[in-house]
Amino acid sequence: MIEIRFAGFGGQGVLTTGMVCATAGMDLGKNVTWYPSYGSQMRGGTANCSVKFDDKAIASPFLKNVDILCAMNTPSVDSFQGELKPGAVMFVDSGVVPEDYPVRDDIKVVRVPVNEIAHKAGNPRGANLVMLGAMAAHTDIFTVDEIVKAVEKFFKKKGIDNPKNLECLKLGAEC
Amino acid sequence: MAEKVLMKGNEALAEAALRAGSRFYSGYPITPQTEILEYLSTRMAEVGGFFVQAESELCGINMVFGAAAAGARAFTTSSGPGYSLKQEGISYLAANDLPAVIIDVMRIGSGLGDIFMGQGDYWQLTRGGGHGDYRTIVLAPNSVQENVETVQLAFDLAEKYLHPVIIASDAGIGQMMEPVELPDFKDHDINKFDWAVRGCKEDEPMRACQNIYYAKHSTDYPEYLTKKYNDIEENEQRWESYQVEDAEVVLVAYGSSSRVAKDTVDTAREQGFKLGLIRPITLWPFPKKAFAEAKAAKAFCTVEVNILGQMVDDVKLATEGKFPVGFAGNFFAIPDPDEIIATAKALLK
Repeated sequence: MIEIRFAGFGGQGVLTTGMVCATAGMDLGKNVTWYPSYGSQMRGGTANCSVKFDDKAIASPFLKNVDILCAMNTPSVDSFQGELKPGAVMFVDSGVVPEDYPVRDDIKVVRVPVNEIAHKAGNPRGANLVMLGAMAAHTDIFTVDEIVKAVEKFFKKKGIDNPKNLECLKLGAEC
Repeated sequence: MAEKVLMKGNEALAEAALRAGSRFYSGYPITPQTEILEYLSTRMAEVGGFFVQAESELCGINMVFGAAAAGARAFTTSSGPGYSLKQEGISYLAANDLPAVIIDVMRIGSGLGDIFMGQGDYWQLTRGGGHGDYRTIVLAPNSVQENVETVQLAFDLAEKYLHPVIIASDAGIGQMMEPVELPDFKDHDINKFDWAVRGCKEDEPMRACQNIYYAKHSTDYPEYLTKKYNDIEENEQRWESYQVEDAEVVLVAYGSSSRVAKDTVDTAREQGFKLGLIRPITLWPFPKKAFAEAKAAKAFCTVEVNILGQMVDDVKLATEGKFPVGFAGNFFAIPDPDEIIATAKALLK
């Protein structure tokens, strides 16, 4: 069982990132669930979603022992690093989470300047894909090739053809 | 085999209804089922059907009444507070022997409650809910894939018995995305029923919807109605049994909580504690027949996301009061396997 939380501000594409990730898991033949936060959220507040992968049937879509957290802002670090299990990996946007920001010492933190990379690639809304690329490179849940395929499939189905999305993903994978 | 797609439970319900031949929907938004309306607001037009965002739940259910009376496969959806408002219309559908499908994507609490996952509507769903002598068939899917299959079954049963059928979903399954295989489209012929309301010429018999049932059935109405309910109870009990035969304690759970209950059975057995699970797929008729398989059981325990343990009474009736029946419940989330195991073990003391 792999448990992943994607979190950030509303509008940063965290729900979409989770869906792409779940699509990749499905295409690998795994059982997957995706679950959004849908409470009464404050504008500019945090949005998040939960993704689970397993070879067995998944009982609950809710998370308990989280393996990976993708935190796009500091409120997400505050809200969700507590649920990570020891040895878990937390990905943060190093542009908004300062190096001296208090984080747990029993987890691995991967710092990626996702917004900066996305802006440089001319695709400012692609920061979430940079993060996803970094996730593919730093964990063994899927390879970079597998996530590239999932992203292509996901956006093609939505009728979106933006080559810069793949570029963001690949730049993230180099981090 | 169709390619698997990743789909939200609510959207899968909506798409499956269209594939089951439904071309009429009227409803009103409420969390956590609003994706059904959102999805149908564009998708229904693509398949040539009618989507109406009604001004209220009352209007939604009564438009479904009209469409069902005309022979359409019609459905509406809501959650807790909005479902309560549909009760009068559901009672009328039952009194008129009309097939229709009503989906309740349950949330927690009475009154306004809250928008999160819950299983608080069991009593209302299984006891009739509205006025008069009626109950409805209630189907409880526990995955996005089963959502799809259940919608087809719901329309078939509604037409078989000329009766409203409820789908008891919940926010857990409605909001969740899982891989799903969609069935092919089926056609529904709106003209296939001889009872559907139509205009008639002077010399033709009237084809109207008889709201006053004793006018339609004369003095044999009690016999007619009793037979209908007896037939449903005899023929339509559905359930899934998991490790029941040698189980010391049998869990009883449906919908989202049944998934965790099944996981709990595996966890308990790894610890040497023989748990089993009966998962009612029909909440009414309650699958009493399933309990004959529990030959080694010393106790039963429901697992529900509510406070009062709404299914406990039905388990007591199904087991004729011979066993202790416990309740592992939690208002704010699905109970943890550890909690469920502790509650089940305590029943043996």
